[in-house]
Amino acid sequence: MSTTLNRVGLPRDAYKGAATTLCAGCGHNSITNHMVKALYELGVEPHRLAKMSGIGCSSKTPAYFVESAHGFNGVHGRMPALTTGAHLANRQMIMLGVSGDGDTASIGLGQFMHMIRRNVDCTYIIEDNGTYGLTKGQFSATADLGSVQKKGAVNTFQPIDPCAVALALGCSFVARSFSGDGKQVVPLIKAAIAHRGTAILDIISPCVTFNDHDGSTKSYSWVKDHEESIADVSFIPFFEEVHVDYEPGTVRDVQLHDGSHIVLKKLGDDHDPTDRRAAIRVIEEGRAEGHLVTGLLYVDTKMDDFVTTERIPQRPLMDFGEDELRLDREQFAHFMSEFA
Amino acid sequence: MTEPIVNDLTIQAATVNGSGSQTANLVLTRAIFHMGIPVAPKNVFPSNIEGLPTWYQLRITPEGHMARSDKVDILVAFNAATWREDLKTVRPGGVVIHEEAYSTADARTDVTYYPLPFAKLAKAKIQNDTLRKQLANMIYVGVVAGLLGIPWEAVEHGVRRQFLAKPKAVQVNLDAIKVGYDYWQDNFSKQDPYRLQPMTGAVEGKVLVEGNQAAALGALMGGVTVVAWYPITPSSSLCEYLIAYADRFRVDPKTGEKLISVVQAEDELAAVGMAIGAGWAGSRAMTSTSGPGISLMAEFTGLAYYAEVPVVIFDIQRIGPSTGLPTRTSQADLGFVYTLSHGDTKHLVLLPGTVEECYEFGRDAFDYADRFQAPVFVLSDLDLGMNLWMTPEFKYPEKKFDRGKVLTKGDLEKLAGEWARYRDVDHDGVTYRTLPGTDHTAAGYFTRGSGHDEHARYTEGGDDYARNMDRLARKFETARQAMPAPVIDESGKKIGLIAFGSTDAAVREAREAVDVDYLRVRALPLSDEVARFIARHDRVYVVEQNRDGQLFDLVRLALPPDLVERARSIRHYNGQPIPAAAIVEPLKQQEMVPA
Repeated sequence: MSTTLNRVGLPRDAYKGAATTLCAGCGHNSITNHMVKALYELGVEPHRLAKMSGIGCSSKTPAYFVESAHGFNGVHGRMPALTTGAHLANRQMIMLGVSGDGDTASIGLGQFMHMIRRNVDCTYIIEDNGTYGLTKGQFSATADLGSVQKKGAVNTFQPIDPCAVALALGCSFVARSFSGDGKQVVPLIKAAIAHRGTAILDIISPCVTFNDHDGSTKSYSWVKDHEESIADVSFIPFFEEVHVDYEPGTVRDVQLHDGSHIVLKKLGDDHDPTDRRAAIRVIEEGRAEGHLVTGLLYVDTKMDDFVTTERIPQRPLMDFGEDELRLDREQFAHFMSEFA
Repeated sequence: MTEPIVNDLTIQAATVNGSGSQTANLVLTRAIFHMGIPVAPKNVFPSNIEGLPTWYQLRITPEGHMARSDKVDILVAFNAATWREDLKTVRPGGVVIHEEAYSTADARTDVTYYPLPFAKLAKAKIQNDTLRKQLANMIYVGVVAGLLGIPWEAVEHGVRRQFLAKPKAVQVNLDAIKVGYDYWQDNFSKQDPYRLQPMTGAVEGKVLVEGNQAAALGALMGGVTVVAWYPITPSSSLCEYLIAYADRFRVDPKTGEKLISVVQAEDELAAVGMAIGAGWAGSRAMTSTSGPGISLMAEFTGLAYYAEVPVVIFDIQRIGPSTGLPTRTSQADLGFVYTLSHGDTKHLVLLPGTVEECYEFGRDAFDYADRFQAPVFVLSDLDLGMNLWMTPEFKYPEKKFDRGKVLTKGDLEKLAGEWARYRDVDHDGVTYRTLPGTDHTAAGYFTRGSGHDEHARYTEGGDDYARNMDRLARKFETARQAMPAPVIDESGKKIGLIAFGSTDAAVREAREAVDVDYLRVRALPLSDEVARFIARHDRVYVVEQNRDGQLFDLVRLALPPDLVERARSIRHYNGQPIPAAAIVEPLKQQEMVPA
């Protein structure tokens, strides 16, 4: 066990949580581990982390990492509203929302879209397995057309692709990954946290119990065979120096608000992650060719986030007292006189 | 001419929605109030932007009665579509000012008619083409001023006050009023007994405020910093006032930064969710809505009850769904709100009966929410919320915020981190919480609904669940003692009345006609005082504005069996604010007192 301390003086164990109650082999457990690694390496202070979730297997996972952080397991599909309110109350908190495909693409689709519209500064992770696990295997809205349920039923409806929806709405950070690809998930989580604005990270996370069979497009084997990463992602936090040893023209570098960098090394076709139309095209082409395109699809570092638009001060609103929030006696008396 | 009737009359203006008549009515109201005469305006408006009939009742009494009158003395008939029906509402001997084009050939003969060529006057005398429609209404303000003897100085004040934010509009409106004022002087001789005379001693120290304005000011003074809402009549104006007040009082003039965020949410689910998220994170947070919105907030409110998150929810009650009578008043959300959500939920509900209480409860609701770590509802209604009420000026709060049992980093250090989120240390059911951001390794916990132990750890254990439910019940009993006590006005009468909310005005007036004691409920859960009050009376009538006697049911549940028979019920539910007569008449009938 590593006892190396990170930049805030904590060991990796300080980022662990309660033992998981999800099935052995569940993709979500891998994501939990990726989260622990990312938060530890970033040196996030646990008391500044707010773990938010809705309902479902995915939404249980905030209990399984950073036990000493505050968290809120809300109601189904409503994580974005809780997150928005909590962030307004205390913008110093790092908001980390964990949701699932049912929680996001069905019951919570409205809140998902409106959070993006406001560009609330939060990391929004969708642990996407195309099925309702806790209620035993119904299709979710992200299940692909023609994919087959464990008991043989065939999905007859078009899928809702959270990344495509997010891009259509002008979301300021959109990425997709696979729970089994830690090399990609960890830097994307870090980048999402460093990004100021709503960062959507759709992670395909196979359900070993209900959706890991032939005919499913969310199984381990299907994703492994069809994943097509658009670029190798590395993340260089603001507290580390940037060394770029790549040959000119082989990498793209995106600088985030806090001085961190996302370094993308080209694989095949060159994708510009600041080109929203290109991102939509990449998703559509991947779908047409039967590939699962992963990586950082789009990032906009210039868009104002919600608290900036709302002109909320740096000092948390929850911290202000009566002397600062009430009208003073003179203002009050004058205001009352206007009603005469 | 009969004896003059001075300062005791009800004017009803029947107009067309969207024509600017509301502004004309408010000018008249403010002019008369400026004469020192108590006014009680009631705006009866349709769910419509333009074209449907609307009525404005302006009741004037020397005593300052605030309830709606069921009698009309002076009708201003300005709507051809409703003219025939409107005419029927005037009391015998009353006055009818009407557009001269409306025929009175076969109409009532027991009223005085003053026909006016409104349309012709507007066309001939109002030069401003774009504003003609709005300004035409001002002509009848001038006619009524002439008819009742309102001094021109008072009219000028009314206009200036109404256009406080738009001083440019003052002169053009005054000019339009002058058209009616002059027409009256030049063409009519007074044939009716109604007059207004300046008064002293009735309105000094009083102001005219809408309940939603009062509640918005209350919330601001209560320290609200996160407001999330979705537009709905009759609640919208509360948040709109809050936005205006926040722009004025919560913006740092140097930086432009705001010490409040008012978010127009995508729906009421999100609105209450944002408020709960903010309450969880330690802000004073609220939402405001009406019945349909309350329905959508049910699930989240239940979570806040179990997770013990402070949040304030204003419900400005109206009648039914959007396809019901959404612009008419009601007190029919009481039972629904009290136990809103699934499971064994029950909530703290504040019941303001005056605009002053809209301010006070709108402010103190945040203390109750923090103190009891629970949703607190403030139940107002359309009548209270959207009409102007004469009220004593509000008092500046002397108390500091009560943020409840919050453990800081320093507290946790003293406790060496030994604490449990849901442990009843003080045996009052109210436990200690930490806020997100508290820099101590023991501060954090995972908030969830009812499936947790004392340490907020997940459990489905039946004993843990039951113990927690018992503690929540204990907390509710602690709150029962702390919520605002009933107001009791009692002098040994045999009969008592119980009411809540805006029904208060009608009860107070009714007590001039019937000899009864009075208890006004100001909060749920019901105070023990209610049962004791009933025990001291032979019969007690619960008066309320809903069909099923929702408070009556709660009162009976709180009574020992031998007292249940003493409770009776009077209900009013036609969407119009309850008049005193709707209490006096059924009371006399049930008590079989000869009229």
